[in-house]
Order: sequence, then structure tokens, then C-alpha cells
Amino acid sequence: MLIRRKRPGDCAHVQPSEITPEGVYLNRRLLLQAALAAGATGLGAAAWPTASQAKVTDLSFKRNQRFSTTETPNSYEDVTTYNNFYEFGTGKGDPVANSGRFKPEPWTVTISGEAEVKGKFALEDILKPHALEERVYRLRCVEAWSMVIPWVGVPLAEVVKRCKPTSKAKYVAFKTVMRPAEMPGQRYPVLEWPYVEGLRMDEAMHPLSLLAVGLYGKTLPNQNGAPLRLVTPWKYGFKGIKSIVEIRFTEREPPTSWNIAASHEYGFYANVNPQVDHPRWSQARERHIGAGLFNSRVPTQMFNGYAKEVADLYRGMDLRKNF
Amino acid sequence: MPSTIVVRRYLKPPLFLLCLLPFIWVAVRAFGIGGTSLGANPVEAVQDTFGQWGLRLLVITLAMTPLRDWFNAPWLIQLRRMLGLFGFFYVLLHFLTWLLLDQGLYWPGILVDIGKRPFITIGFAALLMLIPLAVTSTNGMMRRLGKRWKSLHRLVYLIVPLGVWHYYWQVKADVREPLIYLTIVAVLLGWRLWKRLPARNAAGWTAARDRIKQ
Repeated sequence: MLIRRKRPGDCAHVQPSEITPEGVYLNRRLLLQAALAAGATGLGAAAWPTASQAKVTDLSFKRNQRFSTTETPNSYEDVTTYNNFYEFGTGKGDPVANSGRFKPEPWTVTISGEAEVKGKFALEDILKPHALEERVYRLRCVEAWSMVIPWVGVPLAEVVKRCKPTSKAKYVAFKTVMRPAEMPGQRYPVLEWPYVEGLRMDEAMHPLSLLAVGLYGKTLPNQNGAPLRLVTPWKYGFKGIKSIVEIRFTEREPPTSWNIAASHEYGFYANVNPQVDHPRWSQARERHIGAGLFNSRVPTQMFNGYAKEVADLYRGMDLRKNF
Repeated sequence: MPSTIVVRRYLKPPLFLLCLLPFIWVAVRAFGIGGTSLGANPVEAVQDTFGQWGLRLLVITLAMTPLRDWFNAPWLIQLRRMLGLFGFFYVLLHFLTWLLLDQGLYWPGILVDIGKRPFITIGFAALLMLIPLAVTSTNGMMRRLGKRWKSLHRLVYLIVPLGVWHYYWQVKADVREPLIYLTIVAVLLGWRLWKRLPARNAAGWTAARDRIKQ
């Protein structure tokens, strides 16, 4: 008899039975939206939200076992109805409610800056040479909540290599699309639009850095950053820039949106660190989403549990200063 | 104008139920009645709902005196105590949600947060100050305290701004909603200040004019 033993670093063996069937979660989502809308109109403020029906399609991919956690992923419903995507509003339910009009197809990405391969490329052409892989990553939000999400994507390093960055390229900068007509959140200067993010070159080349195009085996729903987003699981969630339209190689540290908004609260690195608190709240513990009303906080791990993989990147750096 | 009896019999009971609605709505969602739910982060949903209604009801309480004067409606003052007590009720539930569900009675975290996180410190201070007001809200206490009752209950002029500040400080970037509260509270408190000023100014004017004449 074969006994499958779980080893650390092993993949999460999600049984087909554990995954909520599409019809069920779509129904649930409608109910949830109705509830959210009822709550919102109860405040007399919001109009009936435009439902963001998942126009998602199946992807073919292989699970990357080495880089997947064995923790149980959050439900598709949790992942797609509770998140931050300020371009669609600042509430956690806003992205799913307000992203219905967003068109992630066709999509082009501009490669620019200190690289040999530059220009505008169709997303399909960028992805074509790479095999998609699934990685079950922990996600830790700077607001002290966390999830486990099965992403599908390609290692950022592979895409970076194909761009042939020059010796001057020390950083990789990313930019989100600017479409106020489709992204109602961009009509208010809550943050400086468009959203920008960046990584140091060695962070971008780290095997954990993922350019995600899907989650739960399907293309990304609009609210989760369709059609292309960054996932860096050892950093706070806001580093995971969504709906990317530009990848630029730079010599200097690029500006990042939350750092522009409040530089004393959000640094360039934004590595998950339970010892360095946000100036206004503690980062020592987090609330795991999906465990119900009676789940109190659990301790946050250094680099969100990826210390073994990424701690070397920051050797000798004062993480209190470089937060 | 409704008489005291009409207010007591026909306005207060429906107002009581109205004030209870946010609590009922949380309970309905907590039990998932009729397909409702508290969403992916139920603790946050409960905590935010209670906190928001606590602040809203305290602001409404603060509005009773100005509204009475603007609309010449003295009966509004008879509703003030119930509104204030419901405000306290929700603030207390908000605190207990944080203590029991969010922190899970993890004392090292709780004590550090109260001492070290300014937004929690001021929220906690506001809650502590609400307690004597709730305790002295009975007719008996009003009689016993006499003139001092009014002085004591002026604490609410400090408590409500602290509550708004507490809200403003925990928002990440979108401060639009806290600013709405701030504006309303500024109007309600500013009006009280303004009401006191003209008399003083007028007196000052007269005195100055008299001095010039002499």
C-alpha cells in the first residue's frame, strides 16, 4: 500500500472534493453580493453593485510541488470576494462588486528601460514560451489578515531573462493599467494613479516571484488582478501589483504607490516581519481568513514563512530601516 | 408638538427597535439566516458594524440639542438618553468583539495595543469616559448630581471627537468617510461654541464702543 506522507515544502494535495464546484460558488457569490448590496444600501450610500461575473476559463498547468505550502487553500469564494484592489474601491467587497465592466482582453504589456528586448507585446506572446505552473502560496496583507491561494503563473525570473536586462538594470518596476472608465476607484485620488510597484533585481529573479495569470486553475477574475499580476509571497500583499501593463528595468529604486502615499508606514521592501510593526498597528499576529467568527489571531512568521528561501536576500540589512 | 406621553408611548418604543436593528442584522448574518453571511472576515465585519453604529449614535445624540434649537422641537431631548445609551451599547460591543473575537483574550497583545497603538489608546480612553456617563444616566443620578450632572456629561464633547479620531487613524488611505464624521461633529460642536461667542462679542463690542464714546 502506498502511503503518502506530507513533508515540509511538499505541495498541498487538494482533493477534487475539496474544491467548490463552479456552479455552487457562483450561486453563493450572487447571494453574497445581494447581502453586500443590502448592507451597502442600508447605509444609503451605494448603488446596486455591478456584479462581476467570472468570465474565467480553464488553464492547463502543472503543480510546482517544491514551492507550494501544504496548508489548505482558502475557498474560491473567500479569495475572490474579499481583497484589496483600490482601483475598484477601498472596501474589501468593492473589487468583486465594481470590476464587472473591466476588460482584461486583449492585453498588451510594454517592456522598457534597461533591457535589450523592449517594446509592446501581446500578453499571449509573453506567456507562450513558458509552461504555466500552480503554486499554493500564503498571502499576508499589511492589514494583518492572511489567506492561502493556489496561483497559476510563470516564474518572473524566466520572463525577466527573456527581456535580456542590461548590466545597468538593478530594479524591475511595474505599472497597473489606467482606466478610470472601467476602474471607478481611479476617479478618486485615494492613491496616486496608476499604481506602481517594484522589486530589486535579485528579488525579481528569486524563484518564488511569480507572474500570475490565474488562480484555482482558471484565469484571474477581474477583481484579483486580471489578466496579469505579481505574487511575492514573502512580502505584504500590496507588493503584488495587479493588471500589469508595463515592466520597466531601472538603475535606481523605482517609486512605489504605498510608499508615495505614506513613506513612514510603507517601505520599498515591505517584507512580512512580525518584529517590525506598522506605526499604527501590530504586525506580530494575523487573522487567517476563512476560519469563522471564533478564530483569533495566529503568530505571523518571519518573511511570511519563507525565511529559508529569501532571508539570504537581505543578509546584513537593517530590516527596521528597510521595512 | 407631541406631548411627553406621546413621545414616551409612541416614539420611544419604535426608536428602541430602530436602534436595535444593527445588532439584529449582525445576529442574522452570524447565524446565516436566509442565506446571509458575515463574509470572509466575520470578526472584522462584526467589529466594524458595532464600531460604526456606536459612533453614529453618539453623533446623533450630539445632534439632539442643535436640532431642538433649529427646529424648535424640545421633545427631541426626551430621545437623547436612549440614543446615547445605545451609542454606549454599540461601543461596548465593539470593544468586546475586539477583546474576545479579534484578540481572543490574548493579554500580551491587548495590553501592548492599548498602551502602544495610539488609535487603540484613544478609542479605549473614549470608552472609559463613556462609562460614568452611562452610569449617571438615570433620573435618580441626575437628581443626585444636580448641576454637576451637566458638567460631567459635557465629557461627550471630548468623547465623540476621540471616536472620530480613532476611526480616522485606523483607515489606511481612504479618509473620506472619517472626514464626513469630522465635518458633522465640527458643525455640531462649532455651533455650540458659536452660540456662546456672539453674546460675549456683543458685550465686548458694547464695552469697547462705550469706552470710545467716553
